[in-house]
Amino acid sequence: MGKKLVIDPVTRIEGHGRVTVHLDEDNRVIDAKLHVVEFRGFEKFIQGHPYWEAPVLLQRVCGICFVSHHLAGAKALDDIIGAGYSTGVQMLPTAEKVRRLGHYGQQLQSHVTAYFYLIVPEMLFGMDAPPEQRNVLGLVEANPDLIKRVVALRKWGQEVIKTVFGKRMHGISSIPGGVNKGISIAERNRLLNGEKGLLSIGQVIDYAQDGLRLFHEFHEKHRKQVDGFAEVPALNMSLVDDNGNVDYYHGRLRIVNKNRETVFELDYHDYLDYFAEATEKWSYMKFPYLKKLGREAGAVRVGPLARVNVTKSYGGSTPLAQAALERFQAYTNGKANDMTLHTNWARAIEILHSAELIKALLNDPDLQGEQLTLEPPESAWTGKGVGVVEAPRGTLLHHYQANEEGAITSANLVVATTQNNTVINRTVRAVAEEYLGGQAEITEGMMNAVEVGIRAYDPCLSCATHAMGQMPLVVSVHDAQGRVVDERVR
Amino acid sequence: MSIDISIDGQVYKARDGATLVDVAAENGVYIPSLCYVRGKPGLGTCRTCSVRVNGKVMTACTVPVADGMDVEVSEPGMAEMRKMLVELLFSEGNHNCPSCEKSGRCELQSLGYELGMMVSRFPYRFPVRTREHAAKQIWLERDRCIFCQRCVKFVRNLETGQKIFSIDHRGSRASIEIDVSLADKMPPEQVREAAHLCPVGCIVEKGVGYNKPIGQRRFEIKSIRERALERKCR
Repeated sequence: MGKKLVIDPVTRIEGHGRVTVHLDEDNRVIDAKLHVVEFRGFEKFIQGHPYWEAPVLLQRVCGICFVSHHLAGAKALDDIIGAGYSTGVQMLPTAEKVRRLGHYGQQLQSHVTAYFYLIVPEMLFGMDAPPEQRNVLGLVEANPDLIKRVVALRKWGQEVIKTVFGKRMHGISSIPGGVNKGISIAERNRLLNGEKGLLSIGQVIDYAQDGLRLFHEFHEKHRKQVDGFAEVPALNMSLVDDNGNVDYYHGRLRIVNKNRETVFELDYHDYLDYFAEATEKWSYMKFPYLKKLGREAGAVRVGPLARVNVTKSYGGSTPLAQAALERFQAYTNGKANDMTLHTNWARAIEILHSAELIKALLNDPDLQGEQLTLEPPESAWTGKGVGVVEAPRGTLLHHYQANEEGAITSANLVVATTQNNTVINRTVRAVAEEYLGGQAEITEGMMNAVEVGIRAYDPCLSCATHAMGQMPLVVSVHDAQGRVVDERVR
Repeated sequence: MSIDISIDGQVYKARDGATLVDVAAENGVYIPSLCYVRGKPGLGTCRTCSVRVNGKVMTACTVPVADGMDVEVSEPGMAEMRKMLVELLFSEGNHNCPSCEKSGRCELQSLGYELGMMVSRFPYRFPVRTREHAAKQIWLERDRCIFCQRCVKFVRNLETGQKIFSIDHRGSRASIEIDVSLADKMPPEQVREAAHLCPVGCIVEKGVGYNKPIGQRRFEIKSIRERALERKCR
């Protein structure tokens, strides 16, 4: 008799989902799926609201990456009023740099949360460690010094966010055509030099390097496990600048293959010409794919691993991150890296990259500029806009249309976790086959391996379904008759 | 003529006929209010300035003071009644502060904070109200209207004095309306004044939102109580 395994809820992710694994009579994996079981509907209830409310209301889709939603929405609004990239207008330097500062601050803070709080427990204790230990409290007990540094690092990222947006969560900075405030010298100096209870930028960069070293040490000790865990082929997508280097705030969307050759490159305003979204009955999360390649071949990976696969380099302003990137890219001899757990390596590199980018920005006098917004004439109004940023979890797109009276008539959000849906499902299948397939007995550690695979993407299921609700996840194993024979519910 | 009135047992000098809410503020006694605008006739619509005058509950924005008047403001029953009135206003409309562009500048929100309101004790009505955005410069977000009538009374066509805003229907079907043709004749400064006059985020200047950074918004700098008591005689 076959089996059905259930993990419900999947933990240490942002969102509510479950995994089911179907086994045949010989315990071989027949099927494995990540079901996303929440539904929200932000795209619907923004309709009718004034267009300038969209980035403020829609950032509430997420308590983690609200800055990304705020900025993607802001870029779409720039387009709507005729001050955006779609009409060839260049954002004012102060406005763009203030937005970038907030964006990098959030990337640092979000990656630190995902990497240290959600992922490092398995790196330190192993996937088979008891669940009571495999969490942030276990880390506090095992390595209090590390956790103190992590808390301070995350706090610093939040202070960058607060400086730009006025609050640590769901603040407001961007308005149509620019921002509502610059960064004062005092605010800049506080972030650069630190104060009692707040790190300096030098310490931030040191601690970011510690995080990277942690991965390298773990990798040295467990190379076989890290490299062999769910190697999942996929195309990789990221925003890039004119030099082909990742640009987290703006650029063209580049999609590369295993050889890191460009397969497609597009202006993101044309995304509807390139992407379609498939749906499945068993998940509220859609499955985007490249129309020309079809659902299987056209699935793309986004996020830290995709970005380090796509980018040519980091340019000259972030030397420590550049060295880390070169080491990463050399590991696969310049080919795209498909090893799922190397996403955590990429994430650690991006923590350092964000810190160095922030350092460079803080020293830029444009942050103190006085001209904050573009005010295009009424005739420039386009009524439609698309904004894309590289959110911590990957490429995030907001697309709005508004009528002449200013009411939003349609909104479409394509978020990073949605882009990764097919690749995450491939990962679940690969891990299930490796860890659960053919096993006489399913242990808690084996089930946790599936979650480790999912967690590498740091998925945000709340964003992905634009849904309301709680966040936990389920893994279930079904027998050949469809009965649940094992289930993990948290 | 100077008269004596008692507020919470303390005797104060006042000008005969002055409005009670002003007299109280001038003497350092805060009486919450929403529909009242200093220097303009009291409307008495929101009832949040309810106090007990000579034993009867009255609105302080419509009561002229008289010699020997006995006023109870901070008596616990009255304070609780005012808090309930504010909670009722929140329950009656759809007030979504987190994404409202008036947040931090909203008198209703500020009063909620001032009175220590955490949540309304009354069930939310979630009324279905349509938005009105036909005017060129004004967006009417009816979900937030508290029917204070400030706009109805004080925002008028600059040439003819005609009302630009009005209230249609009564009770739970009441609806704030705008005369679009008159609204489109409003100069931008008047639109800005109307948006400022609205104590909530119902009258919104189109395309202008969130331009004050968090931390610099009106009631983040100075609370509604502090602003009311700025009139205190020194």
